[in-house]
Amino acid sequence: MIALLRKQRYFIDYTLGTMMRHKGKSLGLLSVYTLIIFMLASVMLFSHAMRSEAVALLANSPEIVVQRIQAGRSVMVPADYLQRIGKLRGVTEKRGRLWGYYYDPAVKANYTVMASEQDQLSITDIVIGEGIARTRGLSIGDYLTLRSHQGKAFSFRVLRLLESDSELISSDLLLMNPQGYRQLFGLDESLYTDLVLSVRNPREIQKIAEKLTRLLPDSRPILRSEILRTYESLFSWRQGVMLILLLGSVLAFVIFAWDKASGLSAEERKEIGILKAVGWETGEVMRMKFWEGVIISLMAFLIGYLAAYLHVFYTSAGLFEPVLKGWSVLYPRFQLTPSVDGLQLATLFFFTVLPYTLATIVPVWRTSITDPDLVMR
Amino acid sequence: MKRSNTFFVCLLVLLTGFITSLVDVASESGQRLLQAPESAGLVSRLGLTDLSLFTEARYTRHPSQADIHSAFQDHPVALEHFPTGSLLQPPAGLLR
Repeated sequence: MIALLRKQRYFIDYTLGTMMRHKGKSLGLLSVYTLIIFMLASVMLFSHAMRSEAVALLANSPEIVVQRIQAGRSVMVPADYLQRIGKLRGVTEKRGRLWGYYYDPAVKANYTVMASEQDQLSITDIVIGEGIARTRGLSIGDYLTLRSHQGKAFSFRVLRLLESDSELISSDLLLMNPQGYRQLFGLDESLYTDLVLSVRNPREIQKIAEKLTRLLPDSRPILRSEILRTYESLFSWRQGVMLILLLGSVLAFVIFAWDKASGLSAEERKEIGILKAVGWETGEVMRMKFWEGVIISLMAFLIGYLAAYLHVFYTSAGLFEPVLKGWSVLYPRFQLTPSVDGLQLATLFFFTVLPYTLATIVPVWRTSITDPDLVMR
Repeated sequence: MKRSNTFFVCLLVLLTGFITSLVDVASESGQRLLQAPESAGLVSRLGLTDLSLFTEARYTRHPSQADIHSAFQDHPVALEHFPTGSLLQPPAGLLR
């Protein structure tokens, strides 16, 4: 056993020596290979972490949201819909929500304005997300002026800021008193933006949604499972888009690596011939080349993966940020919780390390089974 | 130092980094459970449904609440004009 290990070590020594003789070529290949794995792993880690973050954050979102649809558009829901729903078995709570958007021309951004009864805000007080505070340069006690539906200016005092830990869901939120909301947007007491239903038993949600569509034919119930599914597919889609963008560079690398690994240069062929002439067996030549493939691809995989890990979880995916930000002025600042999908990691390993290693062996085998004299000529 | 020894040292360092990243994942997700109540409380108190990632249009700010025609909201067969649209998945019906 020890003899076998020692022999492999000699092979590695010899292989490293050969690689050092072509330092530029080997380092070039290693850097390109590492860069490709870094990009693929970054996309993979980022999408997976965003997906898990969204699912974890939205796990407490309402079980059922009821919207009213009129001529294919969602419109305000009359408050009497709450009475029309009546007492549905399994529904523990039902209430109307008031929320909408406010476009602030000063910073060219949309705020999500929401009425909150639980915060017990006075009519002139607001609570804002960190994104708004940052963009408008506001802090506690400052005033924010918003124009009402009639064009009148209303000044609101910032009572407090929403916790920065929750920025991913609250960056653009502006909470205010329900009465203040109605006055700002000119909404009377008989209307809500949508209704929210709490259901104790998750297995009853589907049934309750069916009953709702029968009771209120112009309504559209949105279930929590649909919300979570939206985010599942949204980030899978985004991962796909990113991978397609990367496809060009991946293909270029495949051609480069294939050419490097499978087409032996005259010098390499001569080297194999000499090795055979001095007594190396075909298996030994192949083992030597196998180690070359393993060294390059394993090193590239580990360095690329570790760099991607640091990039995504410790520099907030700085390279993707400009793409993801889009036109969002109020983009949240957030640190993703490290999360790795074992299956995706294994797939990345098998699709990067194995093909290269195998591609190095086949041409060597072809060369090493030919007569050394013929190869060296 | 033999070349193979240098290689093994490098490999050992990288593998340690790899294992550390996996340990980091396990410990950080435990940490997240401690921080989560604040965000979870906000989500259940206000009934939040979406992440505030893209705020330019209502169907990008609240994709789970948008109706299926929202990308064409301005007039019939209007092309959507927000760049986020290229990053968001089209409604399932269109993909069938």
